Amino acid sequence: MTLRTFTKAAACAALTLGLATAAQAQDPSDPFRGPALEALEGKWVAYLPISAGFDLAQAWGGVVKEEAERYGMKFTVQDPNWVTDAMSQGMTSLIAEHPDVIVTQNPDTQSLARLLMQANKAGIAVVQMNMQGAVQTDAYVGPDYVDMGHKIANLAVETCGEGTDTSHKISIVQGVLTGGVSYFQVQGIMEVLNEHPEIEVVSSQAADWDASKARAITETVLQQNPDLCAILDMWDGQAIGTGAAVKQAGMADKVMVITSGGGAKSTCDLIRDDTFDVVYNYDAPGMGRDAWTAIMIALQNGGGGNTKTQIFSPTYKMTKENVDAASCWDAETYAAMLR
Amino acid sequence: MKQSTKRTMSIGALSQEKIVFAITVAMFLIFAVFLNGFLGANNLLALLRSVSVLGILGLGMLIVVLGRGIDLSMVANMAISVAWTIQLVGNGMGLGPALAIGFAFALTMSLICGLLVAYAEISAIFATLAMSSFIYGFGRANLITGTDVVYLPASFGWASQIGQGRLAGIPIPILLAVILAVLVYLFLKLSKHGWNTYNIGDNATAARITGISVRPTIVLQYMLSGTAAFVAGLITATAVQSMNTRIVNSNMIYDVILIVVLGGVSLSGGRGTVRNVIVGTLLIGVLVNGMTIMDIQYTIQNVIKSIILLMAVIADSVLNPRDEQTGQQGDI
Repeated sequence: MTLRTFTKAAACAALTLGLATAAQAQDPSDPFRGPALEALEGKWVAYLPISAGFDLAQAWGGVVKEEAERYGMKFTVQDPNWVTDAMSQGMTSLIAEHPDVIVTQNPDTQSLARLLMQANKAGIAVVQMNMQGAVQTDAYVGPDYVDMGHKIANLAVETCGEGTDTSHKISIVQGVLTGGVSYFQVQGIMEVLNEHPEIEVVSSQAADWDASKARAITETVLQQNPDLCAILDMWDGQAIGTGAAVKQAGMADKVMVITSGGGAKSTCDLIRDDTFDVVYNYDAPGMGRDAWTAIMIALQNGGGGNTKTQIFSPTYKMTKENVDAASCWDAETYAAMLR
Repeated sequence: MKQSTKRTMSIGALSQEKIVFAITVAMFLIFAVFLNGFLGANNLLALLRSVSVLGILGLGMLIVVLGRGIDLSMVANMAISVAWTIQLVGNGMGLGPALAIGFAFALTMSLICGLLVAYAEISAIFATLAMSSFIYGFGRANLITGTDVVYLPASFGWASQIGQGRLAGIPIPILLAVILAVLVYLFLKLSKHGWNTYNIGDNATAARITGISVRPTIVLQYMLSGTAAFVAGLITATAVQSMNTRIVNSNMIYDVILIVVLGGVSLSGGRGTVRNVIVGTLLIGVLVNGMTIMDIQYTIQNVIKSIILLMAVIADSVLNPRDEQTGQQGDI
């Protein structure tokens, strides 16, 4: 090839390339957007939490509903109001009605496991929120509770463990024993505590997510152990009773109350008034966004358990120092969105 | 009437009340000897305060059960009326008006229960069960439409002392329970309506023939139970700075029936006093407190609780077998 013909060819190539670029600029269509929108449009998302009446479920549902409707999807919500039977009935009839996606929240690890498997087999995408069941479906969305247990226990060790001028005594207030949130957190906590024999767990009882029960248990534990160093409670909605017992015993300065929750405004207020010392915040509206991500992944990949993903939602430690900068959300807003 | 109460109480050497009281004392002594710190004044106060709400609900239930009724709507009434009060205060209403509205709601609901039982003559167990669902459903659909837990606003002011405060070192919930116990005792012992409650429970037809205004008295009984529910709700809510309406789904109402029956109040009406409720409440208080100190899991606590209940009932039926004299038509 002579230099001349090479120059010609190069010029030609450059010209073609230039023309092609120009053509693209004239019609900037994203070849991937269309199929993605198609995978979403007209689809039906059925939301079945254990109750639609509490702050976490309202935040998740509110966010998912808004996004679903933005993309031309149908969104329905059922409220079994904490009744496991009603929930499995609702799930059974949903499977028969065959929505495209079911977003649900297990009341415990076992109750819905079989039904969730059935739904997946029927080609329905299933997203499990916060409480991981015994089967894996398209997605689990929620914090990594075992790791959260590690963090909580490590904080307890840091505050009450070896080398601190404390009694090394802590108390654990569990939720419902078989509920994933409580079960996995306690598992993580015990993994850490087993390596720290100096920490004495003086009480580890279930309060059934009930603030009054948590209050009664903690009041008794404080009477028995006035030198208690810290209390680990598995959920802020229950820990309000634990914190109230500590505060009303006049021990808010001495006993550290560590808990976790979705970071609603009510929780932020309780940090400000010293009911809680530390809250591991898993930001419920953020989880709603993660749930929406899970729905998009599932629908664009065929759904029905084609892909299975653990989507661990981010968490952060919230104390009096950073509470004002935190996004404390108002449950009422999301409740209104969900209605 | 008083005669017949005395007589049934003394059939057999031991009544159920005495058996339960003996169990309570035995438990108390065992815990006092073997559990460190059980006998401390503060622990005993904590014990009493933990059952004060249950005791107050038990007093309301006592009045209704004495009239041969039962009120299954108490917990729903307590949760919704108080949650609504708190929400009203949170939305800027003054404390006084909000309390008045909440109380009026509780009274209205229990009035409807009473009317259903006394005038529509629906069996109490069904009327109040249905009302329980109605109160909760109506409340969640129309009054507490946001989150099912309503948090106490700072503007709840002095009223938050109801659950948190102390007077002369004694927690106010205990004082309120004692005051209400005395009032109910006086009502049953001295007032005409109190006497009529026993008469109606013992034999409603005979009571009507002798000229007692049976229906209004029954309505009054339910309204008193509604009052107890509202007071118990205020204590519950102010103690944990929130009212969790989910409590309606719990087995709390069975705990209330448990302490009433455990103490020896007859579900077939007409027999029982405030003392029975106190004994039943104390047993549960001592048991739960002791088991919490021993760090026994909650699920196992429930098993132990029900075994003790069964023991008390079995002991009662062995020592005081039912016969034509003691059995009543309509026994549950």
